[in-house]
Amino acid sequence: MTAPVPDRAGKNRLASGGRIDRGRTIEFYYDGKRYTGHPGDTLASALLANDVHLVGRSFKYHRPRGIYSAGSEEPNALVQLESGACTTPNMRATEVELYEGLRAASQNCWPSVKFDLGAINSRLSRLLPAGFYYKTFMWPASLWMTYEKYIRKAAGLGRSPLEIDPDFYDKTHAHCDVLVIGGGPAGLQAALAAAQSGAQVILLDSMSEFGGSLLSDRSSTIGGVEAIEWVADIIARLEAMDNATLLPQTTLAGYYDYNFLVANQKSSEHSGPASAGRTFRERLWKIRAGQVVIAAGAIERPLVFADSDRPGVMLSGAIRSYINRYAVLPGRNIAFLTNNDSIWQTALDAQDAGASVYVIDVRGNAASAAQARAKNQGIAIHPGKTIVGVDYARGRIRGIEIMALSEDGASVTGPRQRLSCDLIGVAGGWTPTVHLYSQAKGKLKYLDDLHCFVADRMPASNSAIMAGACNADYRLDDCLSQGFKAGCEAAGNAGFETRSAQPPATGANPLEANLSESSGGLRPLWILPSDHPIGQGRKKHFHELHNDATVADIHLAAREGYQSVEHLKRYTTTGMGTDQGKTSNLNALTAMSEIRGIPVPEVGTTTFRPPFTPLTFGSIVGHDRRQLFLQARKTPMHDWHHRQGAVFEDVGDWKRPRYFPKEGETMHDAVQRECLAVRKSCGILDASTLGKIDLKGRDCIRLLNMLYTNDWSKLAPGRCRYGLMLDEHGMVFDDGVTSRLGDHHYHMTTTTGGAARVMNWIEEWLQTEWPELEVHATSVTEQSAVVALNGPASARLLGELVDLPLDDRSFPFMSVRETRIAGIPARIFRISFTGELSFEINVPARYGLALWTALMDAGEKYGICPYGTEAMHVLRAEKGFIIAGQDTDGTVTPMDLGMDWIVSKTKEDFLGKRSHARSDTARQGRKQLVGLLTEDPGRVLPEGAHVVEELKSAPPMDMLGHISSSYMSPNVGRSIALALVKDGFARKGQVLHVPLLDGSAHKVTLTDPVFLPAPTPPIADVPADGAEPSASIGKTGLATGWQATSPACNLEPVTGRNSLREQPWRGKVNLRGDPENRKFLATAESVLDIQLPLQSNTQHSSGDRTCYWTGPDEWLLHCRLDETGAITQALQEKLPDTHFAATEVTDYYTVLHLDGPDAIALLAKACPLDLHPAKFTVGDCAQTRFGHASILLHKTADTPAFDIQVRWSYTEYVRDYLVSAMRTV
Amino acid sequence: MFIIDCPWCGQRDQSEFTAHGEAYIARPRQPGQLSDEEWGDYVFFRKNTKGIHYERWVHSHGCRRWFNVVRDTVTDRIHATCKPGEPRPGVKE
Repeated sequence: MTAPVPDRAGKNRLASGGRIDRGRTIEFYYDGKRYTGHPGDTLASALLANDVHLVGRSFKYHRPRGIYSAGSEEPNALVQLESGACTTPNMRATEVELYEGLRAASQNCWPSVKFDLGAINSRLSRLLPAGFYYKTFMWPASLWMTYEKYIRKAAGLGRSPLEIDPDFYDKTHAHCDVLVIGGGPAGLQAALAAAQSGAQVILLDSMSEFGGSLLSDRSSTIGGVEAIEWVADIIARLEAMDNATLLPQTTLAGYYDYNFLVANQKSSEHSGPASAGRTFRERLWKIRAGQVVIAAGAIERPLVFADSDRPGVMLSGAIRSYINRYAVLPGRNIAFLTNNDSIWQTALDAQDAGASVYVIDVRGNAASAAQARAKNQGIAIHPGKTIVGVDYARGRIRGIEIMALSEDGASVTGPRQRLSCDLIGVAGGWTPTVHLYSQAKGKLKYLDDLHCFVADRMPASNSAIMAGACNADYRLDDCLSQGFKAGCEAAGNAGFETRSAQPPATGANPLEANLSESSGGLRPLWILPSDHPIGQGRKKHFHELHNDATVADIHLAAREGYQSVEHLKRYTTTGMGTDQGKTSNLNALTAMSEIRGIPVPEVGTTTFRPPFTPLTFGSIVGHDRRQLFLQARKTPMHDWHHRQGAVFEDVGDWKRPRYFPKEGETMHDAVQRECLAVRKSCGILDASTLGKIDLKGRDCIRLLNMLYTNDWSKLAPGRCRYGLMLDEHGMVFDDGVTSRLGDHHYHMTTTTGGAARVMNWIEEWLQTEWPELEVHATSVTEQSAVVALNGPASARLLGELVDLPLDDRSFPFMSVRETRIAGIPARIFRISFTGELSFEINVPARYGLALWTALMDAGEKYGICPYGTEAMHVLRAEKGFIIAGQDTDGTVTPMDLGMDWIVSKTKEDFLGKRSHARSDTARQGRKQLVGLLTEDPGRVLPEGAHVVEELKSAPPMDMLGHISSSYMSPNVGRSIALALVKDGFARKGQVLHVPLLDGSAHKVTLTDPVFLPAPTPPIADVPADGAEPSASIGKTGLATGWQATSPACNLEPVTGRNSLREQPWRGKVNLRGDPENRKFLATAESVLDIQLPLQSNTQHSSGDRTCYWTGPDEWLLHCRLDETGAITQALQEKLPDTHFAATEVTDYYTVLHLDGPDAIALLAKACPLDLHPAKFTVGDCAQTRFGHASILLHKTADTPAFDIQVRWSYTEYVRDYLVSAMRTV
Repeated sequence: MFIIDCPWCGQRDQSEFTAHGEAYIARPRQPGQLSDEEWGDYVFFRKNTKGIHYERWVHSHGCRRWFNVVRDTVTDRIHATCKPGEPRPGVKE
């Protein structure tokens, strides 16, 4: 290698060698100034090539700092990458791959890194010891918020972007038999051995090129060839194997239970803002590994001496990397300071690159073959000495002062000698990278002779094997043999037999160091004394560069009693920076152990936590943003609402129309108009989102009697009843109307937001506590679209479309009829949430839009008015009806609501009953639901406002309760409110006060919560208005005039490399029954004409029917659309006395079909199941998860192709997720 | 992130499941006969075990069945899973 020749890419660039592409020159900008580098450079190597050492100001004292390392451990060179929306703070320059046009800036300095006003802190350092902020700014406590703003500003790192990130990010699940972390010699050998056994292997490395330490090694050979050629050969062999996946530029961030690991990959296609929006920027890998081999290497340990934080002081291994890997000689006159034998090869490499080199060895009498060779090559050695001062000026080191160390290494003696140099390399041995092992709950042990922590034992829930330098095996031979052994063992544990040959012999590098103390290879001295006692004088010993903590801070911590490692770290902030103290932790522990006179392991070590290096939020979020952050479930009528300009509100995860503003209307105007229309003519509400549960079985009454507070024993078929559900605390958690459809058949409704909770509540009781109850519950929420017709004209409008006598005798209030509406099968409930004459019409979801549109047409002459949830809230409040979850909050009993009438006194038991007898629930003076009228009838008080008895000039005031519902009611003609107030029933008539945040206070009178006391009107009261029936729709119009389409029919098929479309609509029946009951099984199989699969996650297909196993007593039948009725009827007839349930769910699900070469990769983005072609084969099916959606996945072809069955309200979510994912395969 | 052995579906990712708290807390047969303290025990009090813990899970994104899990809260090792109604499983060492 020759001396540096200034090339276009920097004056420190060597003329030959390195892993860079000299054929191309890349322009980049640092702090606004233009520089050049080559492909293969990192930002750090390119800056050093251009002789830029000073890259930032320190966190606390604003001291100038330079590039310290060449890897992920970098504590100093954190830069702000790019600007505006694409900016990323705190990027380690040592890991940023150079790309054309890259722009980076130094952080934590103003106005510039060279002239930084914050550096005044350094002058004031005596006043800023560890714990300074806590001690100084904590009093008075109320001012901390003020101080903090300025402190944060002064002690900041980078700035986070304020604009929306124009990039997109990917996120995927992955599965493998063996995961190998680290692509150095041990990792490569492990990956090869494991892959050759046939195991699925993933190998990842944080750098863009595999090879690890071998990339910086020009002197070792493996199997007779240069080490780097061996690396190329292994990579080529791995790339040729189908069962090996290589992930460069991928950092393992976290190692969690059961070998679940998270890694972050930077896309190699993505280079800066020019790529934004074109290709994904980063990909988060969520890997479930059978076995893990950690070959993460080791981090060089610094030596800490007086002012060793100056720019130009670097880890010696980093200097070696810059020379050998990047062909950059960062200094011409290099002083190395070492306490061990690892220095000699580096010194020789530096000399070979054209630098003049000398070594200061803190050991007085070290002698090794390597040292002898260095001596022979003319490298000057200063044994038994240390550096006591650094001559630093104008951004560069100019020289050092050295003195002799005392025998015990605690002080310096003798004359002071000045030596010139422009770069200092420090070598304090190696710290094995045990972070991941520790994250996985692995216990560490301390090796006394090697002075480092290594892996000890792992809990059973993880299985990691450590290999190579991270296990303190530093010799290349050992790395290869340990890697080989680890690869074989991991594959063997995963059930694969090793077929690899033993690793090749290495050409032993005679200079390879033995770093044990007992052999004299290392002197355990890292905090080096200077001519002033530590903490005195102007020189500082920074052991922690990232957070600016000094050895003097550790002494202070010890004096003040913060001696345990957990206290030490928080007091001094050691190890709490974004680098997690990769270079500082062990030196801090050692310093504390010396101060306290106890061994290092007794001081302890902290548990390392994820992430290993910081992750971006973009990567964590991945596809889960915008419409994919939370599924937006929409009703079948959503498009109509949208076209009408409805304003939507989120209820649970549903989008419900809140109101339908007409041209020029405010929300207030629209809601008032809608409320009046419902009571004066006819309102129409989309109530499809209400939870619906189908209950079948002879013990339904027993179940209902336990679930609800009232008595269900005497509800006749065809009748409906309202009920309150309590938890075991006796508190209301849901309510709804349940109807008896047949002797042993009920239809339950729940609140929109409570649907899943109620379904789970029922299933949990049935499955765990009351398995003897003969009841099957089936969720049918999406099966039906529900239209609520309200108001005086609703009966006449309905009468036009149904063939059903509509009078109070044949269809009384609180009853249900199964009929047809305009030809569509329908269930019509005469129930009311508004206190108006009302019908809730349930039709199969696919007809929902058709029915809605037909009703709007036919209802025009009655003045039909679509209304939203806001008007619904007002209307029910006018009647004093509660909304569970708004007027209740988990602390409210039925008695608190004044609903004693619904709580059975005769039932021996129901869920929550016993709690009503508890002293706290039974006491007087609880918060109770009352009405509340403002003195000013035009004033609508905000919900959540407090109600007080006595007004004071300022908070706090004694709170009696709060307003739970508050509206302007056009029907009452004034504002109305509901409130939960202490002892509210007894206070009716009292005047209380509601103070608001704006300082105003309002007088309110407590009243009964029913503002419109008239009972729900009968049909007979409806005056005839002489309107002519509509001829266009009639009583069968929809059956013939409308083509039934899937509720998700607005889904556009996706075509291209991978295609996604909705499968043709099929009939579906959910079947439940006991497979051990032979009669049931035989009858079901004969009626369905298919064998019921009894094995979990299997299906049977025959002709145009498919039957899926969906639970141990549950199946899902896919059949022709017109068969479902006949099938359920035949089952009923043939199994009259058998406990089973057949429930039509045709409209409940949609089936998407995904077909294409990337289908597995696309599903893996959000599905945790291992879909490897050998593990999930054609015909296989499984119920699993895709993002937030439960899916039934069925592999239908080897292309590969999948049917994805999903509740239709999640169809759009799944489709959009897959479309988003298609951008990243 | 555990791997949980659903008694019906086999080993699946934890994200398919939901935890439902301590297992083997039978609902009293006759709540009316219980003292406030006994009822309070049932409603409010749960173990916070360091070590072997019996808990109830549901395979919410799979077969939607409830089952019991024996987990060591220190190591997060799952020793066994079983269907409701089956005898309380022991702990393998």
